[in-house]
Amino acid sequence: MDKFRMIFQFFQSNQESFMNGICGIMALASTQMYSAFDFNCPCLPQYNLAYGLGILLVPPFILFLLGFVLNNNISMLAEEWRRPRGRRGKDAAVLRYMCCSMAQRAMIAPVVWLSVTLLDGKCITCAFCTSVPLESLGNASQPRLSPGELQRVLARIPCKDIYNGQQLIANEVAVRYLRCISQALGWCFVLLMTTLAFLVRSLRPCFSQAAFLKSRYWSHYIDIERKLFDETCAEHARSFAKVCIQQFFEGMSTDLEAARCHLPRKAPADAGEAAEKLLGITDQGTMNMALKSWHRCKPPLHLHPPAQPNGNGWAGEGQPPTRPSAPQKETAAYYSWV
Amino acid sequence: MDRFRMIFQYFQSNSESVMNGICGLLALASVKMYTSLDFSCPCLPQYNMAYGLGIMFVPPIILFLCGLILNRQALVMLEEWRRPPGRRKKDPAVIRYMCSSIMQRAMVAPVVWIIVTLLDGKCLICAFSGSMDPQKFVGFANVSAEQVQQLLAKVPCKEDELMRNSSSRKAVSRYLRCWSQALGWSILLILIIAAFLARWLRPCFNQATLLQARHWSNYIDIEQKIFEETCCEHSRLFAQQCILHFFESMQQEIKLHSFSLPREGEGAEGGEGLLQGITDQDQVNKLLKTWYYEKPPLDVSQAHQR
Repeated sequence: MDKFRMIFQFFQSNQESFMNGICGIMALASTQMYSAFDFNCPCLPQYNLAYGLGILLVPPFILFLLGFVLNNNISMLAEEWRRPRGRRGKDAAVLRYMCCSMAQRAMIAPVVWLSVTLLDGKCITCAFCTSVPLESLGNASQPRLSPGELQRVLARIPCKDIYNGQQLIANEVAVRYLRCISQALGWCFVLLMTTLAFLVRSLRPCFSQAAFLKSRYWSHYIDIERKLFDETCAEHARSFAKVCIQQFFEGMSTDLEAARCHLPRKAPADAGEAAEKLLGITDQGTMNMALKSWHRCKPPLHLHPPAQPNGNGWAGEGQPPTRPSAPQKETAAYYSWV
Repeated sequence: MDRFRMIFQYFQSNSESVMNGICGLLALASVKMYTSLDFSCPCLPQYNMAYGLGIMFVPPIILFLCGLILNRQALVMLEEWRRPPGRRKKDPAVIRYMCSSIMQRAMVAPVVWIIVTLLDGKCLICAFSGSMDPQKFVGFANVSAEQVQQLLAKVPCKEDELMRNSSSRKAVSRYLRCWSQALGWSILLILIIAAFLARWLRPCFNQATLLQARHWSNYIDIEQKIFEETCCEHSRLFAQQCILHFFESMQQEIKLHSFSLPREGEGAEGGEGLLQGITDQDQVNKLLKTWYYEKPPLDVSQAHQR
């Protein structure tokens, strides 16, 4: 139980660590998406390049934007950027830090997709099969084909079951060649990205470390402040609603008293607590009226101040002292917490 | 037990996060539904398009309606929209905010279905194989017009004897699948760009109004919950009073009709109090019969004026 609480708190304590979690999940999701996706090369001359490069480049772009969309910090950044100055200055360094940190995290899933695609090889094979070097890989005795026909035959290389150019160039040879190039590209890409990440991490402290620490602190602060504000508003709304509903029920029973000239509502001492809890509503007709009034005529969003206690004190009247001062107590609690 | 309570509390702390959770579950359910669906194209000229497009568009409508049904906020919004103003003004910005947030969440599962359908390709192959131009594909070029329609309609069925090893069938299938996947990725790209722009540009327009609308929509939700809790608590107490009153009135009736010994026995006070003066089989039977045939009125005001 403590373990779970610790894990939850760890992830939620910091927006950054929460985003790290999401980032990891998205990287896993991108590999899962690639393996679940049914790659289907069209094997037609004009379509191969578009399809292959499309599958190579469009999903990373989508994943990059998705990384931004899922990051709550983006609205925080936009808000901080667009807010009027007011009584608090704006620091461009903080905005730049937030932007960089978001972009770095959003880049991980696309990089994973690109690496996996290149290492697998299907996209490059599909896109560049028409550009295979026939002079070095093709068979010596090749029949003369028109360029259009040649393109059509070469375009079918990725589709083994409809390939009909075995005399021109063996299918396995072409596929191996293209796959080898694709994997070389993939490994180079991974090496490049890793080197870049390493350089960024290790060289950063050499440049304006103090300014970096400041930006990081204030960007965390803005995040925490926004969360606290939302929590305070939610807490306030809850208290507001409680008092509003209480006053609604009180108002209802006062109206009924005035209309019916009933015996005094102050119940005898022994049934005091239950009667008070029943909020003065003790029969079906009254309850129906209360429910109807709740829908037809909701109370205004305006809590009136509590009734003043009369000079006799409350002891003899059977009315507990807590209720009239409840609004005040709520307000006091709210202010003192802030 | 504590663990579950904590997880529940985490999700219920904010009704927005509950809605996000439901939205995610519906999206997962839609993917699972698609993978377990046994797609079987009829492979007949008139039926293919209806079946293919039907499978592509009817489940999203169902998922959209499910998303609206499962969303508690939809009812709250409708109530807020239809209530008479009374003593509290209605704020159209709040209603618009609630409506747009409900629609966005309800749209996620249908969009996931459509995209998964397009990326898989079977629906489009089934629907549009009959609309292909036979001249583009070698195997269909020299066939008579009616025959070609029949053949094209059979393209989605790999197991058909005519089509089993036909390379033209595979070519048509590949071609349509390529278009289907391109369409799927394009739609996904457009939607993500729209979502990104919406998130990025929203604070530039009326941020203060948005904060207000969000606060008051949250408030309306909380108020409704607290009202229901108060009513529940009230009805519990009401029921308690009503039943107590009933037992007391039964006790009085029994006292009038029977000549039993006085109630106050030594050391039996506590137990007797709980038994409400009903201490043998006949009395209990009478009480139960009266409870069924003559339920007490819904009025406990007399209970306080003894």
